[in-house]
Amino acid sequence: MNKSRFLSWLYGETDVMEDILELDETSDESREQLKREKRRLRRELLRSGRAKKVIGAETKGFYALYHVVAVVSCIMLIGVLLFAVANLPRYGEENPETTEMVARYVEKGVEETGADNIVAGMILDYRAFDTLGESHVLFTALICVTILLRLDRKNMRKTYEDYYAIRGERFHDISREAIMRNVAAVLVPCIFVFGIYVLLNGQNGPGGGFSGGAVMGAAMIIFSAAFGFDKADRVFSKRLGAWVTFAALSFYSAAKGYVFFTGANHLENHIPKGTPGAILSGGLILPLDIAVGMVVAFTMYGFYNLFMRGK
Amino acid sequence: MSLITNFPLFTIVLSLFSGVLCTMLSGKTARRYTVSYECGLIVLVSFVLYYTIRTGTSFTYVMGEFPAPWGNEIRAGILESLMALIFLIVMLCSVLGGARFIDLDIDVSKVNLYYTLINLMTAAIMAILWTNDIFTGYVFLEILTLTSCGILIVREIGRTTLAAIRYMILNLLGSGLFLLGVVLLYDITGNLLMVSMHKTIEAISGQGGNLVAITMALGVLTIGLSIKSGLFPFHFWMPDTYGYATPTSGSVLSSLVSKCYILLLFKIYYRVIGIDLFERLPIEDILLVLGMCGIVLGSVSALHAEHINRMIAFSSAAQIGYIFMGIGIGGTAGYTAALFHILAHSVTKSLLFLTTPRLSEASGNSLLFKKLQGSGLRDPNTGFFFGAAAFSMIGIPIFAGFASKLLFASAAVGCGSTWKLIAIMVVLAVSSVLNALYFIRTLIRIFSEGEDRRRTTVKHGALFHISMSTLIAVNLALGLFSWVFTSLIERGLAMFG
Repeated sequence: MNKSRFLSWLYGETDVMEDILELDETSDESREQLKREKRRLRRELLRSGRAKKVIGAETKGFYALYHVVAVVSCIMLIGVLLFAVANLPRYGEENPETTEMVARYVEKGVEETGADNIVAGMILDYRAFDTLGESHVLFTALICVTILLRLDRKNMRKTYEDYYAIRGERFHDISREAIMRNVAAVLVPCIFVFGIYVLLNGQNGPGGGFSGGAVMGAAMIIFSAAFGFDKADRVFSKRLGAWVTFAALSFYSAAKGYVFFTGANHLENHIPKGTPGAILSGGLILPLDIAVGMVVAFTMYGFYNLFMRGK
Repeated sequence: MSLITNFPLFTIVLSLFSGVLCTMLSGKTARRYTVSYECGLIVLVSFVLYYTIRTGTSFTYVMGEFPAPWGNEIRAGILESLMALIFLIVMLCSVLGGARFIDLDIDVSKVNLYYTLINLMTAAIMAILWTNDIFTGYVFLEILTLTSCGILIVREIGRTTLAAIRYMILNLLGSGLFLLGVVLLYDITGNLLMVSMHKTIEAISGQGGNLVAITMALGVLTIGLSIKSGLFPFHFWMPDTYGYATPTSGSVLSSLVSKCYILLLFKIYYRVIGIDLFERLPIEDILLVLGMCGIVLGSVSALHAEHINRMIAFSSAAQIGYIFMGIGIGGTAGYTAALFHILAHSVTKSLLFLTTPRLSEASGNSLLFKKLQGSGLRDPNTGFFFGAAAFSMIGIPIFAGFASKLLFASAAVGCGSTWKLIAIMVVLAVSSVLNALYFIRTLIRIFSEGEDRRRTTVKHGALFHISMSTLIAVNLALGLFSWVFTSLIERGLAMFG
């Protein structure tokens, strides 16, 4: 193939990550040796003052051009978008229909959804289909991270301590620290209670599934960090996480499928709206918030686990 | 309200639920489940197609108790249901035809997660096809982006990981631009429902109002979605992405995912902006030029490709160029040609991506042309399937590729401008010659005797043959009865706006 370097880079024929991403079979010793050799070479290169020359010869000004083009196109995009924004019609003045939708939400939102928090009413009742998709976006991200990081035959680092060993650092087990454990013992219950409060009050005030779930997920991560994975596994095992995520998302799909079905066919849907302001209000908003919260909490905790130890 | 009007909703919710369910199943059960429920989806969608053909109108379906524009809404017509039907058939055949390689390429503990991603992807494709709300489109676009990266990295070799990172960065850039466009349009119209947006935009353009912001929004949307689908200047991620993925992923990504982005873009042109306004804007001509560049340069790159999957991937870039050229020609004839080509290409390209790994398996697991010498003789069944797909790509009569090229040519004749006509005819002729060059070269290579003459010992399984034959049957149906499909597409277009 007689292609220029640029074209082969553009079409991805040269594999720049070849040594980094492929699992190599070299032993730790030879790896150490390689690393030392690399370090020596780099030092020598820098000392001789030829570094700039060598790198320049490798890329032949391509990166300079690349930066210029990137900066120019960014400036052009900024200019074009600013021009577009300057040409936007004034809100609600030039075309009054623009406020039509908002007006309905503000005026009738509480009455129609039974939730004091109009935002919760909008995302979980008026536009529940979008939120159904949104919670599955989160789930998809969890699946992708699981595929990347979960240990298997192809992805065989042994434990998280191995990473530190490869990098030549000592693994510092944070859960042996007295400060961490004692502070966590006080903090974790408080964070949990606060998370539950935020979760359950989504229909009446700021909060809801996504934020409450994030707070609870943080509490789970702190618990696991402070008391070690063994103790955390007894409470929030992988199996429990899988079941809770499955149950929450299936409930979400089933409940919303029921509401869509009854709504579109003009059937009565038997779900009481409740009095706005009470904790049991907003129809399906509270159970859906709980489902979303569970998914978010276990997704966050799952990310932490996968990144730390690949399980 | 007939029961059938509920079916689009069922396809989306059922696919989402199946995705979640597959995480709890073993790999094998997940495959059986996925195959059977996709058969169910095909039945549901056929009913929707039948219903829309019989009533002759599209129907809207309110998602929940609040009618649009306050709530969400989906809408199904002939065009959407036809696309959904063919896409589901291709999806099913890809899963069945590539099942052996899914087991070979993917770790046992992660096979069920692969089917999870496939099911979520089906849900996203269905939702994007049915949606009547631009923001719902965005949400499910995100699911499509994430799942397509997921089915790439699942092979866990360096090359696909790198390709997936590249693909993800470009895709996220596309999503960001798309969101920017949606925000601009929302600011102008105050609505997210496509029909209501169209009303406001029509009012603005009818009063001779300021079109700058609308044009910008449309430009940003077009760039975002053409990065995602791989129009000419943005096509360089294709060979790596499609070429090294597990066959099912390559087939699904090239034949369904990129088409979905184009269909969403087309929906925005047709339903949100409105075709009258769209034809007044210069975007059409830009798409025409970029499409023609994509056709020629994609084919030239395919000629130079050093292994067979990269060649097919580059040919995908050329085919995406065809589709955008059809949109650029404009008018009902141009759009019909583009939409027909979406169907023809998705049926053909999936067949190519599913057969090449078998050929390489018969040649010592190498995809290089040198090693493939005589592989069609070592594995005659696969060679036959590959040959049929290659004939369709070249444009031999009775195959779908011929019908779509004919449609493009007749659309160009009717477009009214001599310069356009000459340019399109030249591009069509050049690309047909190039197509024939690289596919016939490959066919000669595959069917001429090499050093190794032993028959392959790999067993195919009946399901592979069934799925490949189904794809060829659909391909022949598209080619032989193209008038049925074009008339369906034309009727669908009439109720699409």
